[in-house]
Amino acid sequence: MTRMNMLMASAAVTAMTATIASADSSDPIVIPTHNWSSQIVMSHIVGQIFGSVGTNVEYVSTDSQAVYESIRLGDVALGVEVWEGAYGASFDAAVEKGGIHSVGEHDAVTREDWWYPMWTKDACPGLPDWEALNDCAAVFATPETGEKGRFLGGPVDWLKHDQERVDALDMDFVVINAGSAAALWASLAAAERTGEPIVLFNWTPNFAEAVWPGEFVEFPAWETGCDTDPALGPNPDAVYDCGNPADGYLKKAAWDGMEDKWPTAYAVLTEVNFTNPQIAEMARLVDIEGMEPEDAATHWLEQNADIWTGWTD
Amino acid sequence: MNALLAYVAQPAARNQRLSIVVILVAAAITMALGRGMLPDSLIRPPEWMILPLADWINAFFDFLRDDMGMLAVTRSIAGGVETLLDVTANLLYGKNRWPWLGPIPWSVVAITAAVIGYGLGGTKLAVLAGATFLWVALMGQWQWAMETLSVIVVAAPVSVLLGLLVGISAWRSRRLAAVLNPILNIAQSLPHFAYMIPVVVFIGVGPKAGAIVTIIFSVPPMIRMTLLGLQKVPDEVIESGKMCGATGWQLLLRTRLPTARTDILIGVNQVIMQCLAMVVLASFIGMPGLGQKLLQLLQALRIGQSIEIGLTIVLLAITLDRFTRAWALRQPVHVPRGMPWHERYRLSLVWLVLVILAGGLSQVFPLLAEIGRGQGFSVGAAIDVVMDRVIVAIYPVTDWLRWFLIVWVFIPIRDAFLWMPFAAVLSLLAAVGYAVGGRRSAVICVAFFGYIAISGWWDRTMITVYTVVVSVVIAALLAFPTAIWATGSDARSRRVLLICDSMQTFPSFIYLIPMIMLFGVNDVAVVGAVVLFAAIPLVRYTIEGLRGVPLGLVEAAGMSGATRRQIRRHVLWPIALPTIMVGVNQAVMFSLFMVIIAAFIGTQDLGQEMQRALSSADVGKGLVLGLAVATIGLMVDHLIMKWASTVRPPS
Repeated sequence: MTRMNMLMASAAVTAMTATIASADSSDPIVIPTHNWSSQIVMSHIVGQIFGSVGTNVEYVSTDSQAVYESIRLGDVALGVEVWEGAYGASFDAAVEKGGIHSVGEHDAVTREDWWYPMWTKDACPGLPDWEALNDCAAVFATPETGEKGRFLGGPVDWLKHDQERVDALDMDFVVINAGSAAALWASLAAAERTGEPIVLFNWTPNFAEAVWPGEFVEFPAWETGCDTDPALGPNPDAVYDCGNPADGYLKKAAWDGMEDKWPTAYAVLTEVNFTNPQIAEMARLVDIEGMEPEDAATHWLEQNADIWTGWTD
Repeated sequence: MNALLAYVAQPAARNQRLSIVVILVAAAITMALGRGMLPDSLIRPPEWMILPLADWINAFFDFLRDDMGMLAVTRSIAGGVETLLDVTANLLYGKNRWPWLGPIPWSVVAITAAVIGYGLGGTKLAVLAGATFLWVALMGQWQWAMETLSVIVVAAPVSVLLGLLVGISAWRSRRLAAVLNPILNIAQSLPHFAYMIPVVVFIGVGPKAGAIVTIIFSVPPMIRMTLLGLQKVPDEVIESGKMCGATGWQLLLRTRLPTARTDILIGVNQVIMQCLAMVVLASFIGMPGLGQKLLQLLQALRIGQSIEIGLTIVLLAITLDRFTRAWALRQPVHVPRGMPWHERYRLSLVWLVLVILAGGLSQVFPLLAEIGRGQGFSVGAAIDVVMDRVIVAIYPVTDWLRWFLIVWVFIPIRDAFLWMPFAAVLSLLAAVGYAVGGRRSAVICVAFFGYIAISGWWDRTMITVYTVVVSVVIAALLAFPTAIWATGSDARSRRVLLICDSMQTFPSFIYLIPMIMLFGVNDVAVVGAVVLFAAIPLVRYTIEGLRGVPLGLVEAAGMSGATRRQIRRHVLWPIALPTIMVGVNQAVMFSLFMVIIAAFIGTQDLGQEMQRALSSADVGKGLVLGLAVATIGLMVDHLIMKWASTVRPPS
């Protein structure tokens, strides 16, 4: 059934775009997928668009940090979601070594910061202000943090400098690092069941927005240099006394050899551009509707033909 | 044995050993109590002692890769593996590659499995195999399972072949065998992640990397069993071979290998089990299929569907396990002369007819060729609802338990481990080594932990050790009563052993999420997950130990008027103890593996650093950490084996 749909969709697509002369190599373009739904769906959307212009595509699941090394070496051809906060450092390091470059940014902006689900507000009504959060730190206390509140951070290798921020702003919080995104969601789901207040690391665009409505904590606004210049921010003696940037970039990356090997697909990739609501929708189709990522991509392409057909001209 | 005799025969030597042990323990206690007065260099390894091992290893690997051109070699090997993978991928799930035949309809695969099962072990195995593949198809997991199998059907044979070749070479050359043994020991106690980082650097990511990491992980038992089997071949067999005029190669191929058949097939069995154990972990570097899907589903907290995938992996493992065991036990059949060919190949003919039938029917009824995800009978959502209810219902208990364990048990023990000066730990280990196996064991223990001191990961290692110790103790408290209960009757122990088998192959990642939901991101969840895993070998070996006690002994004790409790204390346990200690040894190994995986809950131990090393593809750091984990395991292994060899009664 699904295969049939997919065939029909791609046949329709091929008919629409048959005018494009394809000079692409017949080797498949290898697209890396990671372990979160919107990225997988987006990869399949881009892959199916490539398929529609006559390029062979394959997918391979990889670690989301190690992937930049793979792109650099040409093992995989591109990346569709390079987050400024999470992968900016790995991406920049790979660019420095050579072999990978940016192919432009999505309209979508990314934000990663301390976040709470709505029910937390009942226990701490002053939110989202960070000083109000600090005043009700005791509400977030757990056995392992004693009197202080617990902030559930992401894995240490995400390098979020939460501890530095707690110190710089003199907050009554202890940072406990979860070991994986799944550990964050499991904690959040458990808190929902018992109605416990919780403050944890989260980001947008993300499927969690659709499952658990919530808000980011408002810290002193990010200024460029807040992480290097102590003078910036409320604490004159410390760095990281501010929130994360509220509008981080979301880039596309490509292997340097991609343009020569698959010029048509590369031209499409430069045009690819998604917004926050579109990415949230991709995540929703999989995480809430329970679709398979491949089917969700086909579904999205069918529903949003007006958005992407222009990219293949 | 000699050590034991010497020990008993020479009271003077015994006294001397005892006094050295006492001195070492006293030194450890003094240092621990007088911590405040100790110089810093005895509390933690001083700066000058810590060697930049990671940098050296990285420099070595850079040299291999950039100057020696190893990358070209490894990539061409990977290319060969990939060619094979493309063929199986096309046949099993229709990847767009030569020979462009697949995907084979699921009904054909299921029938083939059932017929092989029948041939190996009769109706029972046929039903097991057929039902396993039917389950996979009905659950809508066909595509994923075939992606997984497409890698395993390449990795397992390559691993078997490689293991045979290395095993035979080691058997021919004593020197190679001597070098190989410690390497295999270390390889089998290195955490999986430590292997993966070099594979990412040299091979890249994708199915080929998954296949290669699986081969590396599964080959050691094959080498060992081949070597063991060849060594066991009796001289008489070789003599008779020689008398028939066999040459060296003929002797090997026609005499030695067939005689060692059972051991070699147990090796094959181990290879397959290890391959399935790698399904989930290898997906971190691009192995497609069930493992990858499992991680995605866990990420979205779909526990129910994850459990279904876990069950599929268990069923596949049990089926393949029973297949290879039946194959190992089967004696070669000798066909009488003059048997007509259709009788001789009856089973193959039946298979051919059934397959053609199924292949034809699946052209007419597509459902026999492919059952899509949406058409499956998944009950994942229902399992999720039940899980939710259970978690909410037992929340008051888990909440209290969490508070109690963290405040009163875990934090104090953990602080105690971290508080110990490193010199005191080394002294204590030397004492234990000395008590168990004399000077040699003492040196071995100190050398192993000395490595940890110079590696620069002392504190993290102590946290890992604390987690393992606490987990194994709790696991023992749960496992021993379970095992005693299970030995009550044959049927019961068989059932409990089956559960042990299944839990061992059930992907451990699935435990992590419910543990977090129950206990949160903290040591209780970590220990909980580790305990589940560590209890398996404890239960298994305790059952086997207790059931291995000769019935005559128990009856004799009963007749001399011993009560049941006395029998248990003075007869059963002492005789079963060496076997039970092997279980403890295994439990430590399992805990060490699981502690590393529990880094996905959130820990501050070696596992967390290992995760960091993987995400930054830092080969040196990964290996240094991996060796730290391996040394803990090897030390415990050495102590327990040494101890068991001294207590085992003379036969």
